[in-house]
Amino acid sequence: MDLLVLAAAEVPRAGDGGFWAETAGIMLVSPIVAFLAIIAAGKRLKYQGAEIAIGALALNLVWATVLFVQNMTEGVLHEVTFVIGNVGSGLSFELGWVVDGLSIMMYFLVSLVGLLVFIYAVGYMHGDRRVTWFFAAFSLFAGAMFILVGAPNLIQLIIGWEGVGLASYLLIGFYWEDHENVNAGNKAFMTNKVADIGLILGAILVGVSLGSFSFSDIDVASTAQDPALAGVAVVGGLLLFLGAMGKSAQFPFHIWLPDAMAGPTPVSALMHAATMVTAGIYLMARMFPFYQELAFDIRPWMVAIGAITLFAMGLLALVADDIKKVLAYSTVSQLGYMMTAVAAGGYTAGVFHLFTHAFFKALLFLGAGSVIHAVHSNNMSDMGGLRKFMPTTYTTFVIGSLALAGILPLAGFWSKDEILATLDYEGYTAVMWIAILGAFVTAFYMARAVALTFHGTYKGHGHPHESPRSMTVPLVALAVPSVLVGFLNIPGVQWPGIANFTDWLAVRVVAMGDHHPEGVDLFLAGAGLVAALAGIALGWVIFSPDRDTQRHRDRVEIPLLYPLLRRTYYIDDAALGIVRGTKGPLARTVDWVNTYVIDGIVNGVAAFSLLLGRFVYGGLDQRGIDGFFNGLSAVTDAAGGGVRRLQTGRVQQYAVSFIIGALVLVIVFIVSR
Amino acid sequence: MIANQFLVLAAALFSLGVYGLLVRRNVVLVLLSVELMLAAVNINLVVFEAMLVTPDAVGQVFALFVIAIAAAEVGIGLAIVLMIFRNRQSANIDELDLLRW
Repeated sequence: MDLLVLAAAEVPRAGDGGFWAETAGIMLVSPIVAFLAIIAAGKRLKYQGAEIAIGALALNLVWATVLFVQNMTEGVLHEVTFVIGNVGSGLSFELGWVVDGLSIMMYFLVSLVGLLVFIYAVGYMHGDRRVTWFFAAFSLFAGAMFILVGAPNLIQLIIGWEGVGLASYLLIGFYWEDHENVNAGNKAFMTNKVADIGLILGAILVGVSLGSFSFSDIDVASTAQDPALAGVAVVGGLLLFLGAMGKSAQFPFHIWLPDAMAGPTPVSALMHAATMVTAGIYLMARMFPFYQELAFDIRPWMVAIGAITLFAMGLLALVADDIKKVLAYSTVSQLGYMMTAVAAGGYTAGVFHLFTHAFFKALLFLGAGSVIHAVHSNNMSDMGGLRKFMPTTYTTFVIGSLALAGILPLAGFWSKDEILATLDYEGYTAVMWIAILGAFVTAFYMARAVALTFHGTYKGHGHPHESPRSMTVPLVALAVPSVLVGFLNIPGVQWPGIANFTDWLAVRVVAMGDHHPEGVDLFLAGAGLVAALAGIALGWVIFSPDRDTQRHRDRVEIPLLYPLLRRTYYIDDAALGIVRGTKGPLARTVDWVNTYVIDGIVNGVAAFSLLLGRFVYGGLDQRGIDGFFNGLSAVTDAAGGGVRRLQTGRVQQYAVSFIIGALVLVIVFIVSR
Repeated sequence: MIANQFLVLAAALFSLGVYGLLVRRNVVLVLLSVELMLAAVNINLVVFEAMLVTPDAVGQVFALFVIAIAAAEVGIGLAIVLMIFRNRQSANIDELDLLRW
């Protein structure tokens, strides 16, 4: 508990959270319990298990809200760990939970967004196949994320990390009757697995070098410039970053995320907002002192990856026809923003964008789900004019789009401004301009999506109608924070009674070296806002419906660029090529090794076992042990056969022996006198 | 009183009983020999009682008990012999070796 001392010295307002922090582990357990309970009894319930899943998350929301408020007003720092066992060489395997600014924010985010998405899913999945299984896997998904964000050490983080990966695999391939969906699930799982190798190797490297997997120890050692950790900082940092790239869909590992749309829309909403993709950013934020103090050499590379992701993936959203793909590429782009910010040294900026983004991205996905529910198609070419049929969805979707585009005063504006300010302060000026350009692209594709989906004339089939209340209520509930949460972190503004976002995140970590601007930089804020407004304007001009015909174009085919974007920069093709090229030889090698080496070993072991078995049966058992007992019984038999001959049946013979015995006794008596 | 004459009588009686028990073939005579042995024992009991400094009749009582038990034993024994004789038309003890291996 070195950390408590240090942090308390640095941040005097940190409390220990009392009862709620002491029992915060309930949040890590309850969705897992719900998962098992739904599997066991879900089918017999009225809503087929959804009520258990919702109940578990509502319970978590109570805890998360209390802790969230406590953290805002007085600060909370508490850590509970149980030693499960020793791994050897001084390392121990511990499980537990951390309650600090960062994890409380994630608890709150996952439980609030998760709860709303769960409620939404009751309406969305109504009458669907395997509803019970859906909610079971959904609970597992949320539970794994709680285990991940509550992790006090890298080992538990990996457990949660893989749990999230497993649950996402199950949910992406939820409609496994279509082979395409199965492929999407496999793609997500395998892409993540490749990156996970980095995470596991990095965790082992860091943990073994330091002698502890605990985040507190890593943070303290990083701040103290521990030489053991400094030696592996660059390699370990790169490996962990590789893991984060996979989970947070950074270029070139982003390929799984657009395909992950194959799952039901609530899955996409949860995956893109609160769980799964935020895990990589969370890991980077958790390890922030490590990257700040020791592994700073690789930071420019991380910033470059983030910058490529935020810009190049944003462009891809421009050409997609599937509304969920637009949002998916948008998520990848926004994750690029977060990664850029965290990598550049903007801990608050990156995490704050994660926080705001979760609300409006969940809102947008749920809105898209509502639309898809109404028109039974993912393609925007089947939509159009839905503004009249679905007013609630339309309003909330527009709020989400404006928040995502970064329009004052919605949430996205403040977090994006914070990122721009951080990039400027840290000296990444070129990247800052890319980010401003990215804001333009973001506004552009959102304007296109809104115009194609909700304006003009309806091009699909049937009569679309507004979704049921269980779906619209979560939309409205998410629209409110999408507007408001940005006010939590306005530079230079201090709300009475509650601490700034920066402060409640900074509770845990001592030497953050994180810059938070003193006031709004009018130039940067203006540049970001102008870029966003220009994007919206251009998008509206190009894609808005014609006033007379109410038709609109859905694409502008710029030579070279358009086909390049449609083929997603040929990255998927390249990845497939790599896989195809290596699959054959690799498979043959593995087959050869299997046939000759592994089979040989197995057969050898089997032959030896056979010989051993024969010896034990024939030599030891039959001759040794059986022989002994057979001999014993033969001797007994012979003895009995001899002795029984005394039993003649003649009374007088018995009398003779009786009298002889009596006489012998008399003689013995006389002699012994 | 001299005890020897009584003890000699008892010893002779007992030896006759043992002899009859071992050599007689007729079951009835074997039982009779057993009675002789018991009678010899009774004589001994009474004689030793009479020789005590303060006689208190314990020997006589014991002898009466032996007579009673002997009466019962002979009753059962003769009944068994009777049944065997009815079944086999013989009371020869050499032929009664059914209870053997």
